[in-house]
Amino acid sequence: MNNDINNFKITRRRALKLGLLTAGAVTIGEPFSAESAQVKEASAKSVIQIWMWGGPAHLDTFDPKPQAGSDYCGPLNKPINTNADGIRICEKLPLLAKQADKYSLIRSMTHGINAHETASYKVQTGHDSGRLVYPSAGAVVSLLKGYDNGYKSNIPPYIVLTQPQGRFSESGFLGIKYKPFSTGSDPNRKVFAVEGIIAEGIDDSHQLSRRALLSSIDTFGNVLGKNPLFTKFDVNEEKAYAMMFGHSRDVFNLAKEKDSLREKYGRNTFGQSCLAARRLVENGVPYVTINYKGWDTHKQHFQTMNRKLPEFDAGISALLQDLSDRGLLDSTIIWCGGEFGRSPKVQWNPPWNGGRSHYGKCFSTLIAGGGFKNSVVVGESDATGSEVKNRPVHPQELIASIYKQLGIDANSKLPNLAGVDTKIMPLEKGNKLLEEIM
Amino acid sequence: MKHFRYTILFSIITIVITLPVMAKNNPVHPFEDGKEFTCANEIDRLLLRSLGKKNITPANICSDEVFFRRVYLDVIGAIPDAKQAKKFLLDSKLNKREVLINSLLDDERFADYRSQKWCDILRVKAEFPINLWPNAVQAYYHWIHAAIEANMPYDKFAQELLTSSGSNFRKPQVNFFRAIQGNSPTQIANAVALTFMGVRLEKFPPEKRSEIEAFFSQILYKKTAEWKEEIVYLNPQFYEPMTLKLPDGKMAKIAAGSDPRIAFSDWLTNQQNPYFAKNITNRIWSWIFGRGLIHEADDIRGDNPPVHPQILEFLEKELVSSNYELKHIFRLILNSNTYQQSSIPKSNNANSGELFACYPIRQHGAEVIIDALSKITGSQEKYSSPIPEPFTFIPTEQRSIELADSSITSQFLDIFGRPARDSGLESERDNSPTPPQRRHMINSSHIQKKINRSKKLRALIRRSNNDSELLIKNLYMTILSRQPTQTEIDAIKNHYQDKKTSTQEAAADLVWALINSKEFLFQH
Repeated sequence: MNNDINNFKITRRRALKLGLLTAGAVTIGEPFSAESAQVKEASAKSVIQIWMWGGPAHLDTFDPKPQAGSDYCGPLNKPINTNADGIRICEKLPLLAKQADKYSLIRSMTHGINAHETASYKVQTGHDSGRLVYPSAGAVVSLLKGYDNGYKSNIPPYIVLTQPQGRFSESGFLGIKYKPFSTGSDPNRKVFAVEGIIAEGIDDSHQLSRRALLSSIDTFGNVLGKNPLFTKFDVNEEKAYAMMFGHSRDVFNLAKEKDSLREKYGRNTFGQSCLAARRLVENGVPYVTINYKGWDTHKQHFQTMNRKLPEFDAGISALLQDLSDRGLLDSTIIWCGGEFGRSPKVQWNPPWNGGRSHYGKCFSTLIAGGGFKNSVVVGESDATGSEVKNRPVHPQELIASIYKQLGIDANSKLPNLAGVDTKIMPLEKGNKLLEEIM
Repeated sequence: MKHFRYTILFSIITIVITLPVMAKNNPVHPFEDGKEFTCANEIDRLLLRSLGKKNITPANICSDEVFFRRVYLDVIGAIPDAKQAKKFLLDSKLNKREVLINSLLDDERFADYRSQKWCDILRVKAEFPINLWPNAVQAYYHWIHAAIEANMPYDKFAQELLTSSGSNFRKPQVNFFRAIQGNSPTQIANAVALTFMGVRLEKFPPEKRSEIEAFFSQILYKKTAEWKEEIVYLNPQFYEPMTLKLPDGKMAKIAAGSDPRIAFSDWLTNQQNPYFAKNITNRIWSWIFGRGLIHEADDIRGDNPPVHPQILEFLEKELVSSNYELKHIFRLILNSNTYQQSSIPKSNNANSGELFACYPIRQHGAEVIIDALSKITGSQEKYSSPIPEPFTFIPTEQRSIELADSSITSQFLDIFGRPARDSGLESERDNSPTPPQRRHMINSSHIQKKINRSKKLRALIRRSNNDSELLIKNLYMTILSRQPTQTEIDAIKNHYQDKKTSTQEAAADLVWALINSKEFLFQH
């Protein structure tokens, strides 16, 4: 009888997944899976990406330049030593300074792009703008370590805390199946009402009663009986209820943590997002992004830094310590940075009155865990943080290195509609992996 | 070869899913009234002939209830009001379906819904990778909307988009060339061919491709002092006359300094062009039925033939003889009984929907669903754009199908398959059901709030004066545009028989159940 459309859609999607459109790269019946060479043995299992939306100032976080003078440093000119020899970071990050044995810094990130949307794309996918929109690292991980390749949990494999990042479509040409699940709500609220998983004001028996009502009046569903679209719909519904009533809601329940630990992370959206991220990777979720807004500081830059850095400091330090205490840091990569840095020279004139603008030529990224070495500084910027002085690191080198630690072969292909040769993360001539910390 | 592989895959799936025979003769109330398929126009005659060869019987005619809701959703992307539905159902005039079709085609919301579709295809988007910026998004959107509203002949629509030059903030049509990832002749030619010929140029032989690319080889772009503004213009150094080969093998002489795009556009919009009318009539068919006579709708090629070639030929001729009036094609299709079939197939053929031997069901688009939920509950969605800074807030009274810019983030729209508008491919919009959709509909605070805070529903409860049956009827009319059956009324009453549920809570439950029903979420 019917379906038709869905049949076809499934077929087509399936065909895509099977790689049928990628010029016969994979033959029929062979799943696009770990066995077909994409995923190899790995030191890392999960990634927590702390996405500092808007672009944090490298001079006021991981690459302080006190000698450059107040035109560059403003009031933040007293960097502090860390517990790693020779590494100094911003004075507003005292807790992170005590954790430098758990992370490394890249001070020579560069791509030269100063527009949010294009820079976001470059940093999150590693690819340059071109004919196709590539998937973000999270979507690639969700493809290769998600449901197609043995991931069984009903917690989505790619999660964003808490709001979608926007700027480009994270799943690119892979399609909506690989989009991140954004939780909504706020983990710092009394109830972290994760959209679709935890609803407030409706108890389990009420949920079940509603479900019974729905199935008793499913007239049209009954008429079309086993229409494949409807079968799929019913299977999805089963999965939804399994998630609502299963273990997953406990994973999002931060009240299960000790108050003292919650305080350590910081009682704010970012801090509690870090805690939620830990609980997620602990439960096997391969990719979690914390979408941490508020770093696009064109105006009132230093006021914003004074407010945000302590909260950032507490959250990320608690996360590093907690993962380490639980033996999870070795298998969890933490990747923290924005789409670019901010102009080293402070714009003191109106209308900025002490702001910093977008800066893609040179910026910093923190990387920790997952088998990466600690206490290393990769690359170097010049005296004012304006240019990369040595060892430029392009986003594709960082992402390819992350893939390597995850066991993902960056040279294998991704399925796409256009039938174009699409390698996961090819390195250009002169690019190399972050061998310094691998 | 690829096609062959598809076919294998296809038949595997269709063999596995053997569907029960149902509704052989008895009409399925309330979705059918017992009217068997008859021919209302030429489309139906051609369908019958084509299905006859395959020994397939078309489905019955759908009930007025189903038709009324279906045509609203297909033509203007909105569910009807309960009041309008009641009026239509009581109307005893024989031509009431035709009258309704005409009034909806003249409704301003027709242009809203068509604009959304065109914006998908023309890639109207402020941010990466198209980067039109809100300025050009607005300019482009309003031009498209105005063209549809004015019923601009389709050949003129294409000519304007293909031959304009100027600033993309001031001359909206040039955004056709601006809203392409990259600006090489190859990328431009690919976009032109996909949009107006419905073909994937990548699959053409290289020499054929470069012949088409040559027509777009003289386009240049330059930035201005205005952030993200670009001027699309013809290479002023280009004065040599040239002779270019058109896709049909004929030669086009381009005089010195004249625009080769015009020669291409003249060829494209010529009445004999093998692609132009076929592409758009097939697309219109796919917008109405959820899939084209050629599927996918933008993948026309020799080894992907239409399921009913004569119907497509007929529509092509009709388009040309109507002077490229797209509404004429809508009208023909909507008035056919092919369109007015029930979604319950009569034939056992597993491909009934694909062969249009019944109305093929599919899930509604993301914007349509959220707009329907907002309408039912009298609530609004909040959308904002991070550009230009400081943030821009979209007026809350605007419906989601009127969003011009697909860069605006929305968890709901993303989950329900709104296209990113990166490629212009029809398949970017994905209406297939997924688990996150079920979770969101069943259990998100977003949907719960819409129900629980709804003043409109509270008023409905008050108006029902403690008459539970009346309340049930009103909710059915509001949400599903039909009366409940006695079985449904009994089931609901039965459900609450031994419970001490307040009317308020029971009404909220029923609203929840109805918006979570397949009947609500699927076009049928």
